[in-house]
Amino acid sequence: MSLLEIKNLHVSVDHHEILKGIDLVVNAGEVHSIMGPNGSGKSTLAQVLARREAYAVTDGQILFQGKDLLAMKPEEAACEGIFLAFQYPVEIPGIGNAYFLRSALNAIRKYHGQDEMDAMDFLPLFREKLKLLDMDEKLMNRSVNESFSGGEKKRNEILQMSILQPKLAILDETDSGLDIDALKIVAKGVNAMRSPDHAMIVVTHYQRLLNEIVPDFVHVLANGRIVRSGGPELALELEAKGYAELETVPA
Amino acid sequence: MSTNVDTIRDLAEREYKWGFITDIEEERVPKGLNEDIIRLISAKKGEPQFMLDWRLKAYRHWASLEKAAAEPKWANVKYPPINYQDITYYSAPKQKPKLENLDELDPEILRTYEKLGIPLQEQKMLAGVAVDAVFDSVSVATTFKSKLAAMGIVFCSFSEAVRNHPDLVEKYLGSVVPYTDNFFATLNSAVFSDGSFVYVPKGVRCPLELSTYFRINAAETGQFERTLIIADEGAYVSYLEGCTAPIRDENQLHAAVVELIALDNAQIKYSTVQNWYPGDKQGKGGIYNFVTKRGSCRGVNSKISWTQVETGSAITWKYPSCILQGDNSVGEFYSVALTNNYQQADTGTKMIHIGKNTRSTIVSKGISAGHGQNTYRGQVKILKGATGARNYTQCDSLLIGDRCGAHTFPYIDVRNSSARMEHEASTSKIGEDQMFYLRQRGLTTEDAVSMIVNGFCKRVFRELPMEFAVEAQKLLSVSLEGSVG
Repeated sequence: MSLLEIKNLHVSVDHHEILKGIDLVVNAGEVHSIMGPNGSGKSTLAQVLARREAYAVTDGQILFQGKDLLAMKPEEAACEGIFLAFQYPVEIPGIGNAYFLRSALNAIRKYHGQDEMDAMDFLPLFREKLKLLDMDEKLMNRSVNESFSGGEKKRNEILQMSILQPKLAILDETDSGLDIDALKIVAKGVNAMRSPDHAMIVVTHYQRLLNEIVPDFVHVLANGRIVRSGGPELALELEAKGYAELETVPA
Repeated sequence: MSTNVDTIRDLAEREYKWGFITDIEEERVPKGLNEDIIRLISAKKGEPQFMLDWRLKAYRHWASLEKAAAEPKWANVKYPPINYQDITYYSAPKQKPKLENLDELDPEILRTYEKLGIPLQEQKMLAGVAVDAVFDSVSVATTFKSKLAAMGIVFCSFSEAVRNHPDLVEKYLGSVVPYTDNFFATLNSAVFSDGSFVYVPKGVRCPLELSTYFRINAAETGQFERTLIIADEGAYVSYLEGCTAPIRDENQLHAAVVELIALDNAQIKYSTVQNWYPGDKQGKGGIYNFVTKRGSCRGVNSKISWTQVETGSAITWKYPSCILQGDNSVGEFYSVALTNNYQQADTGTKMIHIGKNTRSTIVSKGISAGHGQNTYRGQVKILKGATGARNYTQCDSLLIGDRCGAHTFPYIDVRNSSARMEHEASTSKIGEDQMFYLRQRGLTTEDAVSMIVNGFCKRVFRELPMEFAVEAQKLLSVSLEGSVG
């Protein structure tokens, strides 16, 4: 059984069809990159996988570990193991970063019938991941994403991913707004999680992220459809030729 | 922040869990209000003449106010007229008049407090909290009394204070809230049945949190308690009050008066977690909480700090205030007021700057959900002589859903040009993006709302004593239950 199976997915927003029949299979341990021009539907796909309710699925099916993902609420999908690293992480004033993350971890642990982790056990784990991502310990007690720089917010998403250890992580343009040093740190965090148990979908515009996180598969999304799929070499080809040419080639 | 998500969920799945009725024998005076009732209440309590005279003056004044239909109408709340002759003004659990120890207390009452999570047996108490329990109109038990007495601290029911410390009561009663102050305070002055009294002598720092727990039990009664706290020169005291009531279909009137007096260099910290029955989802029943609370910073360098978490009551009408008379005195007001379903709250504060270099801080957080209507009303007044006075006001409203309302009425009156005033205000809604973000991390809708609301209130919760802060967070989650689809 595949980890994720998307079959003929059609999605509309405000009666405007954004995704026009997506088919995609992701197996455990694989890293897939989804590339494509602005407005091609990349972020929509990421949001639908995370079960954002504003998107209407008009046709098709998504199975996650054999279960009907489209029947799940966002928190159920999260507890089943889907994590979305947000393109624009949201601020939660007054709630400490560490407290928030431990609450999330415990919500997921509870869903799986595991004991909750107390603050004493959580702290070493949190510190270890902060170190991995080269983040300041002061972030621990600052409010979630409040007065974080753009780069800190993105790193914070990867920090959360490292602690929650999802089965499928979806990175929605995590590289946008990052300088090259920050990009390398983010990539380090992502690569540290690569294993036969974890799969990833990396949504990006640019090849440069894929130099750091080398994908197993690259898909090109254009005008709501996957128009080409291939190995990491496809990303290089895109970098050289641009998207314009590809959009005309039948999938 | 140590709220356990489980506990919140458990609590959230319950309705108003404090709504039970205790079956005890009670003694009450006949319904209605006249001079004979006042005399009867005073006689039952064995009061000295000055007390009866004061009550009668208040009653006569109230009768004239009622005749002139002078019940305050300016608040942003709506309720049908109250029939003051249809209320029982005194109800007391039948028991021996004075308790020497808790074993003599009616076991039903003891069980009530245990159910409420307020064990009165001292050995079971949370360390560092002394409790005065007021059941209907009467104080039924005060704990840790002897320990406090050894330091010269008086912590007892108001009735006892009238009997044992008449000089202190006569000197300070009505000195902050005179019996002519307002309709409800006047009514309270005439009929108040009990409450708490605290006196902390010169230079003494009260080592325990003093706490009063108010419980309305009897039907068709009003509760009219009166609290008087005096911190003598250089003294410090922290005082907490909590309140609950059974679920009843009719509205019940609660009109309390609290007076605080801080002399030179004294400090009083007064915290409230108000959880009177708020009425049902259709707005039926619930307590009318019409309360007058005021503190007087009478001495130099004195400080009074009010912290309130208001989640209960059908209607809340309450403005804990500070009169900053002493030079360099400080007044603070930290408030969280939540209205859900059909609750209405009109609450805020008054800071009256009289002395030089007086400072005040106001932080108000209003949360509206369901059809709730939440009003902040605040007055900051800088008098002519208050050179160098400063005020900082922050007033934030959070809306949940699209049928509730938030209203803000700040009044600022400055008569000294050296004053510095800051006022910040904001209104926000819980955003869909915040909700989705938290849910994507695995939190349920209810936990997500509770987390956002707790974050919004953090500045106020920080001012609460530890145990109360945790309690207040849980209470907010329970009160918000069902507020989001």
